[in-house]
Amino acid sequence: MKHIVIIGGGIAGIETASALTDAGHWVTVIEKEAELGGKLNKWSYLFPDYTPADKVKNDLLSKCREKDFSILSKTEVRTIQRTNGKFYVETSGEQKLEADAVVVATGYELFDARRKEEYGYKIYDHVVTSADLEQMLLPDGDLTVAEGKTPKRIAFVHCVGSRDEKSGNHYCSKVCCITGVKQAIELKKRLPEAEIYCFYMDLRMYGKHFEEIYREAQEKYDIQFIRGRLSEASEKIDKSLLIKAEDTLAGRPLKMNVDLLVLLVGMEAGKGTASAATTCGIGCESSGFLKTADSFLQSNFSEKEGVFLAGSCTAPMSVNDTIVHARSAAMEVNNWLKKQ
Amino acid sequence: MKKEGKAQVWQDYQKEIADDHYFYVRSCIRQNFFPGSEQTFLKILRSELNKDIYENPHHTSCSGIGYHSDIVPFETIQTIVARQFALMTEAGYRNLAVSCITSFGIYNEIIETWKEFPSELAKVRGFLKEATGREFEVPQNVAHASDIVYKFREKIGEIGKYKLVNHKTGEPLKIVEHIGCHYAKMFPSKGVGGAEFPHVLVGMIEAWGGEVIDYPERRHCCGFGFRQYLVMSNRGYSVSNSRKKFESMQPYKPDAIVSNCPGCPMFLDRWQYVINEMEGKTYGENGQGIPVLTYEEMAGLVMGYNPWDMGIQMHQTNVEPLLDKMGIEYSPELKYAGTDGKIIGHPAMIGCGC
Repeated sequence: MKHIVIIGGGIAGIETASALTDAGHWVTVIEKEAELGGKLNKWSYLFPDYTPADKVKNDLLSKCREKDFSILSKTEVRTIQRTNGKFYVETSGEQKLEADAVVVATGYELFDARRKEEYGYKIYDHVVTSADLEQMLLPDGDLTVAEGKTPKRIAFVHCVGSRDEKSGNHYCSKVCCITGVKQAIELKKRLPEAEIYCFYMDLRMYGKHFEEIYREAQEKYDIQFIRGRLSEASEKIDKSLLIKAEDTLAGRPLKMNVDLLVLLVGMEAGKGTASAATTCGIGCESSGFLKTADSFLQSNFSEKEGVFLAGSCTAPMSVNDTIVHARSAAMEVNNWLKKQ
Repeated sequence: MKKEGKAQVWQDYQKEIADDHYFYVRSCIRQNFFPGSEQTFLKILRSELNKDIYENPHHTSCSGIGYHSDIVPFETIQTIVARQFALMTEAGYRNLAVSCITSFGIYNEIIETWKEFPSELAKVRGFLKEATGREFEVPQNVAHASDIVYKFREKIGEIGKYKLVNHKTGEPLKIVEHIGCHYAKMFPSKGVGGAEFPHVLVGMIEAWGGEVIDYPERRHCCGFGFRQYLVMSNRGYSVSNSRKKFESMQPYKPDAIVSNCPGCPMFLDRWQYVINEMEGKTYGENGQGIPVLTYEEMAGLVMGYNPWDMGIQMHQTNVEPLLDKMGIEYSPELKYAGTDGKIIGHPAMIGCGC
């Protein structure tokens, strides 16, 4: 029986572990947090069909229970060395593991919206991120603003920390556009009287049902989409927010007062992925995400033999795409091990 | 508003400010607008803080206004700046202290240009040598004069006679701070606290007992904006920009406005008078305007200097309401007295000059 060590216990790590266990291998998942599930723990409902994130998470966790793979939680990988075709893995918990292959599934980190200082995140009371809003959208979540009032006007800012030279992230995070549309609809369902505006550069509805939801947002829910990027937000005396932007289709500056401002934060490779790259001796793209052997037929291969890649440590990905990528990683590992 | 969020930003933008031995370069326009401010700065540094600060009467305008108006070419302004640096080098100084915000932006822009394009530096060394025979070193430290007051704000607060506190109620005075655009918007790392939430004036206000007002149009231009004012037909833009700020800050009932730029206090002060004349509207209490100070004047008031010695009677919006709140003793009858104590005449409308 071959042993595979998977770094990261998020969606990609669990799904890869599950598929490799099904293929008859012994798998150990190393997760730095106490809880498995990664960023899925931050979301309430998933696009495109509003599936509760808990349902997907519970389905994944039930695989952990049903299948016999090991999980080392609250553990990080210290060193990995390969000698005579075997990987020797040492963890922060002093465990020493021997493995035939390693899968990196360290995922991503959310862009720290404080870096876009002009939007005042963590300074103004009613500027939140898309991750914060997910918690507010839970059935027991609080959507009220200053003095317990219901927000009457809400604005979303797309591409916060994505496609942005100033923050050093030139790439598109892919999922923020549809997240914004989904969240705008959810807010409209909860607050039918509210006016909702989305400030965007481009709307990239790349996935199945995405374009239909975008159309529905406009036609059924009367959500307004304005092509223009916010230049700044300021807090007013009543804690509402004055926002300034340019409506690039109308060709004029725009100033608006809103009660709640939602920043659709992008994805970054993050410290976990950078650390895994160093530990495994594999390369990163200029974006910080891990470098794959090629973009077409080897998107699960790192440049180092025996080290495989799964999920959003390679590029921004949706939950669906991550699951598919994780399954393909398991298949590639299995095929590779057979040849050894 | 979460103060800890701002504190994090401030922590991210701390700059090195030299401790002593400054070569001071004055502003072209401040000596006309607020003639006592620079002198107050020098007095505080030399007499109160025992610092060595030197100025050379041969230094000239940096020509920044001409540069930003597309009149002075980049090569020319670089050579003018190089000459200032030559005077500094010849006097044995390496720390530049800049009075003007426009100049501060110019010095930083040129030094950064030389870092990125050493060929420009070599070219300018040649121009200066050819034109004047002088040579120069690039400053080790460039600080705006407000950076230096910020650095010593606690000490000024300790030795000062007055606080930014209403002496009758004990409440902190509410102060609007306005930062010149070229202080940090060009290079956020060159300004204390960065560009979005600058700390340089906030630090002074809080150290001296006041409370800062963060109002929605805080970042908006004061109304100077060279082309808005220098081109006469654009002056409507200038006054409307200032008006936008006054309307935005008024609900917070500010006791004063303080700025670290030559143009900003000028326009925020003068345009209040103009708006009153045009619309009959005032933004302060009891039909008065909101007093506007330079940071040196604010420091001087905290130190207990005679407001008339600092030239505060040159303000078009009366500063007396602020003096009264701070409990500062002054002689109203000497407001328009000359240095010999004789009254030199009161301001009078002599026509708008259009």
